[in-house]
Amino acid sequence: MNIVALSPADWALALAGGMLIGLAASGLMVALGQVAGISGLVTKAMAGRWEAVLFLLGLPLGALIVNALVSLPPEQAFASPGRLVAAGLLTGIGARLANGCTSGHSVCGIARLSPRSVVATLLFIGIGAVMVALVGVPAP
Amino acid sequence: MSMIRSLVFLMCGTVFGAGLALSRMTSPAKVIGFLDFGGTWDPSLAATMAGAVILAALGHWLVRRRGAALLVAEMPSPPPSRIDGRLLGGAVIFGAGWGLAGMCPAPAMAVALLHPASLWFVGGFMLGAKALTVLDRPKTSAGGECRPSCGCSGR
Repeated sequence: MNIVALSPADWALALAGGMLIGLAASGLMVALGQVAGISGLVTKAMAGRWEAVLFLLGLPLGALIVNALVSLPPEQAFASPGRLVAAGLLTGIGARLANGCTSGHSVCGIARLSPRSVVATLLFIGIGAVMVALVGVPAP
Repeated sequence: MSMIRSLVFLMCGTVFGAGLALSRMTSPAKVIGFLDFGGTWDPSLAATMAGAVILAALGHWLVRRRGAALLVAEMPSPPPSRIDGRLLGGAVIFGAGWGLAGMCPAPAMAVALLHPASLWFVGGFMLGAKALTVLDRPKTSAGGECRPSCGCSGR
């Protein structure tokens, strides 16, 4: 296995970004006792719950603010529309079946040491890695 | 109260989205690099996950210690704890989708204004989640079991 060369700044961005994600999850939990699970929030938003819609609208807002304040490398390797729709369908079905996605299980669930979430996260990463090995990086 | 509640949701979503952009989870190339163990592996998202889990654990611990959240009296019922076929199958299907495009739902929504192509993914996700929600809804299954997360009333 080769490991990509990473600067201290790359590590700092990765860690700081993660801490903001955890801070947001903590904020929702401490203020309102709610789990910041994105797939659950999407389901609630589709059922007409406005507070869930507000959280989801905050996501692109936060990304815009960060991009205005910090100079970051561009996002890369978006797949073709067909592949994006297929990936979206799979994650939508999978997240509803597993009752959580990368946020609900891999952040909030592991944070409360839920064995269920640890198992889900190991499968997300394991099967995700198998998929990357099978289909490779999307052509730009 | 409702105003404050709405504001908390909006603010937490904004901070969450800022974290996704800062950690570069919004870039499929970054996520695929993290999952590419056989190629050139990018381990930095492990730091992202560690930072997120540690801060989320702090919030969880605070609420547990206090016995309640700050703004609401009652706590939501704890999520299911059973490891069953539904969880395993769902996690496998989710992982396949995650690796297929290097996207999961939150980053896809966070990056939508900068790269609208991600809306293809978001649309697929909503369709898939909606399909499952509809399939789940009428399930007053043999055991009388119901899953509060899937839209039934919780009895």
